[in-house]
Amino acid sequence: MPSLTMIEAVRDAMDVMMARDDRVVAFGQDVGRFGGVFRCTDGLQGKYGASRCFDTPISESGIVGIAVGMGAYGLRPVAEIQFADYMYPAYDQIVSEAARLRFRSAGEFSAPIVVRMPCGGGIFGAQTHSQSPEALFTHVAGLKTVIPSNPYDAKGLLIAAIEDDDPVVFLEPKRIYNGPFDGHHDRPIVPWSKHELSETPQGHYTVPIGEAVVRREGSEVSVLAYGTMVHVAEAARRSVGIDAEIIDLRSLVPLDIDTIVRSVTKTGRCLIVHEATRTSGFGAELSALVQERCFYHLETPVVRVTGWDTPYPHAQEWDYFPGPNRVGRALMRLMEA
Amino acid sequence: MMNVLPLGLHIPEPQPCFGRADVSGSHLSDAGRVPRPAVDVEAREIRHLAYDLIRVLDGDGRAVGPWSGACTADQLRSGLRAMLKTRAYDARMTMMQRQRKTSFYMQCTGEEAIACGSLTALQAGDMNFPTYRQQGLLIAQDWPVVDMMCQVLSNEKDRMKGRQLPVFYSAREAGFFSISGNLATQYVQAVGWAMASAMRGEGRVAAAWIGEGATAENDFHAALVFASVYRPPVILNVVNNQWAISTAQSVAGGEGATFAARALGYGIPALRVDGNDYLAVHAAACWAVERARRNFGPTLIEWVTYRAAPHSTSDDPSKYRAQEDQAAWPLGDPIERLKDHLIGRGAWSEPRHVQLKAELDEEIAVAAKEAQSYGTLMEGTKCSPASMFDDVYKQMPTHLREQRQELGF
Ligand SMILES: Cc1ncc(C[n+]2csc(CCOP(=O)(O)OP(=O)(O)O)c2C)c(N)n1
Repeated sequence: MPSLTMIEAVRDAMDVMMARDDRVVAFGQDVGRFGGVFRCTDGLQGKYGASRCFDTPISESGIVGIAVGMGAYGLRPVAEIQFADYMYPAYDQIVSEAARLRFRSAGEFSAPIVVRMPCGGGIFGAQTHSQSPEALFTHVAGLKTVIPSNPYDAKGLLIAAIEDDDPVVFLEPKRIYNGPFDGHHDRPIVPWSKHELSETPQGHYTVPIGEAVVRREGSEVSVLAYGTMVHVAEAARRSVGIDAEIIDLRSLVPLDIDTIVRSVTKTGRCLIVHEATRTSGFGAELSALVQERCFYHLETPVVRVTGWDTPYPHAQEWDYFPGPNRVGRALMRLMEA
Repeated sequence: MMNVLPLGLHIPEPQPCFGRADVSGSHLSDAGRVPRPAVDVEAREIRHLAYDLIRVLDGDGRAVGPWSGACTADQLRSGLRAMLKTRAYDARMTMMQRQRKTSFYMQCTGEEAIACGSLTALQAGDMNFPTYRQQGLLIAQDWPVVDMMCQVLSNEKDRMKGRQLPVFYSAREAGFFSISGNLATQYVQAVGWAMASAMRGEGRVAAAWIGEGATAENDFHAALVFASVYRPPVILNVVNNQWAISTAQSVAGGEGATFAARALGYGIPALRVDGNDYLAVHAAACWAVERARRNFGPTLIEWVTYRAAPHSTSDDPSKYRAQEDQAAWPLGDPIERLKDHLIGRGAWSEPRHVQLKAELDEEIAVAAKEAQSYGTLMEGTKCSPASMFDDVYKQMPTHLREQRQELGF
């Protein structure tokens, strides 16, 4: 099996689907000739032509709006927003239009679109190239929100998203595009080729949307994480030597509640880690869910490690980023409680 | 039966800029040809100015025609100095990025005349709403470059406290509004600012800045709607440097109409100007500012130029545009053109030019040394992480105080 980076896995998923199904089209700013600023669509225009993979004007509202129209016509558009931070002009089209088209037309129309966007920080992108806006999508009925943590899942989930009949917001943590992240900013990235989850089968396969996975079995505490934070949790677990069970959620809506409940019921402790700001973040939903379903099994209160409730700073981003030190300290506190 | 062609999309292809370096190409008006209307002209009377190109400097460096105005040699020499300093600043900061002293940098190489020349039309109290490519607005007013460098280096003297991406300056005193990374958002804010000035009767002018690529954003169009309805004193600048990262101007809609022509549907007067001609820039900006100041309302100006440098330090232009195009600098180098004009006027010389350039390089090098002594992104002191909790709100709420403690402060 070839070893791919996340960028290559994302590209491969689109390639596989564009080859199989001529309804699949890909577009966005710099996506066509240049192959996208992160090169996720590199080569697709050469292979499938400029009517199937093309550059768009700098208009996020336009990009998602045409995707909705194309989806309603019967195509399978994969729209790229250059950075998740720039989806706000498209927010109305995503939230008021794509998300509700099926509901408001009683099933007559739908928007089977994928909106891909790189998210997250840790690359010195400052306040407008670092955001994790997942909670702004998970709060919206009618959307699916997916966020992979490795190449294998990225490819399988993106294929599933393209085949999905509902609008899917596909968040790509750019910190791990080129390699899994061991949590230390002063250490170079470990290349994906050294990681078992970069082994990515050729051709078509899917990772079902709505299924979490237990990345590491453990007995003492359940860590709920997704995206880059899965790797941070693993680094923290190694450094503090606590037998934590790490759950990679992969899909936030729909959420795999069973896997979460099973794990927390077993360990009796729950730590939630995400990069997004804390207040009303997705961790709040997870925490409420755990308390509703696992209250009588909990030995300590649920704990969250998150980004602070401030915009993402440039020079101090490593104090903002929930790194392994903060996660490790939280694990220890949970075990002492 | 009618022969119906199958449907197909039109996908714009990038065109070489103006047939290489040939600035006298047929679709570019000759210098001196375009009339200069009175500032109280009605938009519909000057519709053609949205398609012509206002140019003052001819191929021999002479200033010709109704827009040639009367710039003194001193004014022009100071414009030349500002452009040279901007270029020296860009070169030095790009080098610092390469030396990993900061994370990122954006040059305005080839576009210096636009910001430097426009600034001369504005007064203290006016406000620019810039993009990341108008550093010339600060440099042309001799804003301390050390201050700008400290922002780029995110060090302890960075007035933005290390929060913003490099080049995202903010200098209220200098009429330089804080830069957003989200394209086009500032455009409509500039209109609001100008509306406020008019409501208060304070005579201040706002200048909105945008690249041709970002004119596709909703906020650009919202700005034009409000500017056309309320007619506030705002200059709507569109810097058409041909490229939006890898995307040619045709993809932003620059194939069927000029960017200046977008104003026409709103009844806003529009000028299309050679942005590499310092004299034309100065004259057009003065015209629009006077119009605004005398309450005749907004003007949209398309500055035609060419982004000679990469989009940013993260960009590789060889992946999307021809090397010949890059080397050709359509419309010429604004610095060389002004230099030739001044020499032709007997107000400048090659040796003085070389000397000035050396002086400015030295000035920038000294400033860079000072700025670095206050730290860089990777080394030395920078703003304390505790400071990231400041300025989120005017007064820090309890939950942020607690989070700051959690971080250890
Ligand atoms: C809303 C939004 N979408 C996308 C981007 C990413 N982006 C940054 S600069 C840029 C190109 C802008 O081109 P143009 O407006 O022509 O200005 P130029 O850089 O050429 O001066 C893009 C797409 C952004 N910053 N904001």
